[in-house]
Amino acid sequence: MAENNYLLETKDLGISFGGLKAVQDLNLRIKKNEIYGLIGPNGAGKTTAFNILTGVYQPTTGSYIFDGEEIHGLKQDAINKKGIGRTFQNIRLFNNMSVVRNVMVGLANLPEYKCNVFESIFRLPRHFKVEKAMRARAKELLDIFGLLEERNNLACNLPYGKQRKLEIARALATGPKLLLLDEPAAGMNPQETAELVETIRFVRDHFDMTILLIEHDMSLVSGICDEVTVLNFGQTLAQGNVADVLHDPAVVKAYLGD
Amino acid sequence: MNFLVTLINGLSLGGVYALIALGYTMVYGIAKMLNFAHGDIIMVGGYTVLVALGTSGKPIFTVIACVAAIVVCCILGVTIEKVAYKPLRGASPLAVLITAIGVSYFLEGLAQIFFGTNAKFVKIAEMGILHIGGLSIGWDTVITLLVSAAIMAALTLFVKMTKTGRAMVAVSEDKAAASLMGVNVNAIITVTFAIGSILAAVASIFYLMRYPTLNNTMGAMPGIKAFTAAVIGGIGSIPGAMIGGIVLGIIECVFNSTPLAPYTVAIEFAILIVLLLVRPNGILGKKRREKV
Repeated sequence: MAENNYLLETKDLGISFGGLKAVQDLNLRIKKNEIYGLIGPNGAGKTTAFNILTGVYQPTTGSYIFDGEEIHGLKQDAINKKGIGRTFQNIRLFNNMSVVRNVMVGLANLPEYKCNVFESIFRLPRHFKVEKAMRARAKELLDIFGLLEERNNLACNLPYGKQRKLEIARALATGPKLLLLDEPAAGMNPQETAELVETIRFVRDHFDMTILLIEHDMSLVSGICDEVTVLNFGQTLAQGNVADVLHDPAVVKAYLGD
Repeated sequence: MNFLVTLINGLSLGGVYALIALGYTMVYGIAKMLNFAHGDIIMVGGYTVLVALGTSGKPIFTVIACVAAIVVCCILGVTIEKVAYKPLRGASPLAVLITAIGVSYFLEGLAQIFFGTNAKFVKIAEMGILHIGGLSIGWDTVITLLVSAAIMAALTLFVKMTKTGRAMVAVSEDKAAASLMGVNVNAIITVTFAIGSILAAVASIFYLMRYPTLNNTMGAMPGIKAFTAAVIGGIGSIPGAMIGGIVLGIIECVFNSTPLAPYTVAIEFAILIVLLLVRPNGILGKKRREKV
């Protein structure tokens, strides 16, 4: 079967809110280990597409196959457990929890840290062993993102760029196969963006990750994406190799006007 | 010396209020709703004790009655959430509030059908007086104080040191983000109602040891006072509920030992009003600044 080549394949995915077709006939095909860009002007339906893929919205048309499995219709936490992790356009950390605990929330569902309530109550040594292992793993992740020093600070007290990194670390903690990044460079200065590009590449290589990202910063997109899909008013405007797509007249027109 | 006894008494009563207040505050923090049926869980716990005790005075029945109250209240709390509140998730907060008040009246009405409106006297256990130094304190007061302190310590550790506890904090911070990080929000809400109802059951046992008359509206007063305690401490905050409960318990016992005793309840609510004027978010409440 052809779909086995793709980690994520969407088939005519669409959603309408009342009469508004926010996303129509979206056909993404994302290969394993690829960095895939989802771009388009404001209001094009990019974040809506993310919300469909992560189970926040149920699609009104179409379906999608993730890792060989039809998963639409599942709830958010179930989809996360299947292996889709995400970050948010406007950062949504657990603000009044410490940095390390933010990551530990993400780690909780991994099979290696399984420990049910009864074990926690009646097998205390096992409970503490699991807690210790989780904390150690959380520290490793934080170290990768240069957040180890700040691990006991509250998430809301981190500077903006570090909050974005913590979101990525927290999403990675859930053990995804596919990582969705919603405008990871939003609000970053050029130097922070350059660092972010390095981080995303590193995540792809080090975690053997497949990444789907929404981005406005074209230099970032052309710098790291292998393939892109351009959305405009919910419809797919262009799709394919990043260099070709960015020179497509229709795309240029959508971004710059006539 | 007398004042010390009053203080210990206040701490003990405060422990009871704190246990109830924790139920309000945890449910508010996680499900973002005020569960006004929480006080009636206390009442159901009381009637469960009454039925389970039967006419026997044997100590073993006391233990059975306490366990029965905990189990019944836990099942009741989880059932109420599933049947009455879960279908309203995402509905307007007012609809949920009215539903909670409806559940409260439903439970009171049900108790009236089964047990009538006459007050019943419940003797949970015969307890002596503890004499230390020159102090004489009832054993029930001492046990209430120790057990509620132990439960609060256990709950604090649970929230800090377990996956479920962390998930609860995460859900109270941001429900949508938590669910996208793999937290099963419905399961966490169920756990929260279960814990809150268990605490209410324990509180009902201690409350009856202190005020042993039982009728179908007996949950209203401790319920509203514990809600006050939760607001004083900062609703949504677990340590806040504990502090609020203890503050309220001490105030109540101190004023009850003065000539102002008939006005104790009025004074308690007056203190609530003054405190909210000074600190609108309660003692430990988070200050929320609207972003513009």
